[in-house]
Amino acid sequence: MITRRTLGLGAAALIAAPAISRAQAPLRLLVIGGGFGGASAARFARDSYPDVQVTLIEPRTRFVTCPYGNLVLAGTKQLDAITFGYDAVRARGVTVIHDLASGIDPVAKSVRLAGGQALGYDRLILSPGIALRWGAIEGYDEAAAGLLPHAWVPGDGGQTALLRRQLEAMEDGGVVGIAIPPNPFRCPPGPYERISMIASYLKKAKPRSKILALDAKEAFSKQGLFQDAWNALYPGMIEWVPGNRDGKIVKVDARERVLETEFGEKHRVAVANVIPPQSAARIAIDAGLANASGWVEVDPVTFEAKAAPGIHVIGDANTAPPMPKSGFIANSTSRQAVASAIALARGAAPPADASYFNTCYSHVGDEYGISVVGIFRPGPAGFVETPNSGGVSPRGNLPDQRRLEAIYADAWYKSITDYMFGA
Amino acid sequence: MLPAVVIAALMVSLPALAQGPDRPLAALSCGGCHGVGSAGQGPIAPLAGRPKAELVAAMTAFRRDERPGTIMGRIARGYTDAEIDAIAADLAARR
Ligand SMILES: Cc1cc2nc3c(=O)[nH]c(=O)nc-3n(C[C@H](O)[C@H](O)[C@H](O)COP(=O)(O)OP(=O)(O)OC[C@H]3O[C@@H](n4cnc5c(N)ncnc54)[C@H](O)[C@@H]3O)c2cc1C
Repeated sequence: MITRRTLGLGAAALIAAPAISRAQAPLRLLVIGGGFGGASAARFARDSYPDVQVTLIEPRTRFVTCPYGNLVLAGTKQLDAITFGYDAVRARGVTVIHDLASGIDPVAKSVRLAGGQALGYDRLILSPGIALRWGAIEGYDEAAAGLLPHAWVPGDGGQTALLRRQLEAMEDGGVVGIAIPPNPFRCPPGPYERISMIASYLKKAKPRSKILALDAKEAFSKQGLFQDAWNALYPGMIEWVPGNRDGKIVKVDARERVLETEFGEKHRVAVANVIPPQSAARIAIDAGLANASGWVEVDPVTFEAKAAPGIHVIGDANTAPPMPKSGFIANSTSRQAVASAIALARGAAPPADASYFNTCYSHVGDEYGISVVGIFRPGPAGFVETPNSGGVSPRGNLPDQRRLEAIYADAWYKSITDYMFGA
Repeated sequence: MLPAVVIAALMVSLPALAQGPDRPLAALSCGGCHGVGSAGQGPIAPLAGRPKAELVAAMTAFRRDERPGTIMGRIARGYTDAEIDAIAADLAARR
C-alpha cells in the first residue's frame, strides 16, 4: 500500500538518488524459491513496500502446485489447470531470475547462482520447500521414482502425470499401494486426501480395485472425518495399516513393485505411490541452516534462521510445530517474515502481536470437503496454537457442510494462486 | 531545489518512518479464501469496503455460534476482540 507519507519520501529519495551511497540505496530483498512461500513473500513485499527492490530466484519457468494435484489423480482436474507462470510476478515489479541458488554466504550477504552469477542482498527470504530423502527407504532413489512415483514434489508435473497414467493403465481389481512417511512431512492431510481422490477414480472406473495404505504412523490429520467418509463413499475399498500393525515401509523393489515393511512383509501391488521421508530443501542444508533432523529452526516472530542472521526461512523448510507444513501457512507467515526482515534492516522492530493462520481443506469425494483450521502465535519457545479455536469440521451426517466445504476449498485455491501468480 | 543537508536529514529519517504496512497483517489472512484484497471469490463473500460494525457483528456472532457457518466459528474463536476490531477497521477502509 502506498501512503502519502511513503510517496513523499520516495520523491525525496529520487531527488537524492545520484548522491546516495549503498547504505541509502533501495533495500535489496532477495527471495529464493518461487512457490507458496516465496511467491507470496514477493507479492507482499511489492504491494507493501514500493521502495524495496525485490528479486526472486526460481529455476522453473512454470510452477505446478502440489495442492489440487490429488484432483489430477482423480481425473477431475488437468495438470495445466494447476500450472502457473511468472509473468504477473514480473509485471508487479519483481525481478525474476530463473536459476538455481547454489550457495549462500551469510557473512558477505551474497547468493551464488548455478549460472555463475552472485547476487548481494540486505535481507534474504528463503522458501525452497523440501527435499526427498532418497535412500531413507532402501531401494527408493530417483531412478525408482520413475517406476514408483512419489508425486510429492511436483517439479514439472511429470510425477503426478506418471501416477495418473499408471492408475489409468491398471486393470480393474488391481491393488494401489501407498507408502506414507512418519512426521514431520509436507501437508499432513495430503496422503489421506490422495487416498480419497484415487478411491473416487477407482470407484467410477475400476470398482473391484483396492487401496492399501501403508503408514509409518498410528494416527493422522482429520482421521475420524477421513475414515467416516471412506466408509460412506468407498466401503471395503481402502485398507489403512498403521505403523503399530506393521504399516511402515522400509524397503522397495521398484521393478517388481514390492513394498516391504519393517517386519519383512512384502506387498506386491499393481501401482505404488511412495511418499518418502523428507527434509528441508538442499540449499538450506548446504548453507548450514538445518538442525540434525534436517529442518531449519527459526525465530517465531521474525522467521530468522537461528543458525544465521539475515536469512528468514519460511514454508516447509522450517520446523514450526504445531503449525503444519502447508501452502496456507507458507503464505500467511511470508508476510510477517517480510515485514520483520525489512523492519530489522531499517533498524526498527518487527511487527508485534503476530498471528499465523491456516486452513487445510481436503477433497474426499465429489462435493465432499473437510477442513482443519489453526490460528497460531509466537510463544516463549516456538509456536503456540490459540486455545479454544480452530480444529476440524464437525463429524456426522452433514451433507450441506461437506458440499459447501468442497466449494470453499476451490475458492481457497483460486484466492491463493491469484495472490501468488495473478495480475 | 533542497539543500544537500536537508536531503541528508530526510535520508537519515527514512528508516524510522518507512517501517512498512501500517495495517494489521492478520487482516491479510482473510484474503486466503475471500479473494485477493478480500474482494470476494466466487461464492465467498467480499469483505473489503463493508461497514466495520457489520464485520465485527458477524465475527462476534460466528464466535458464539449464533450465526451458522462451516468454518468461520472455528476461525472467529482464534482472535481477541481487539484483533477483530482492528481487522474489521482495516477491511472497512479498503477500496
Ligand atoms: C499432494 C499435496 C497436496 C497439498 N495440498 C495442500 C492444500 O490443500 N493446502 C495447503 O495449504 N497446502 C497443501 N500442500 C502443501 C503445500 O504444497 C506446501 O506446504 C507448500 O508448497 C510449501 O511452500 P514452500 O514455499 O515451502 O515450497 P514450494 O511451494 O515447494 O516452493 C519451493 C520452490 O523453491 C524452488 N527452489 C528449491 N530450491 C531452490 C534453489 N536452490 N534455488 C531457487 N529456487 C529453489 C522450487 O523450485 C520451488 O518452486 C499439499 C502438498 C501436497 C504434496
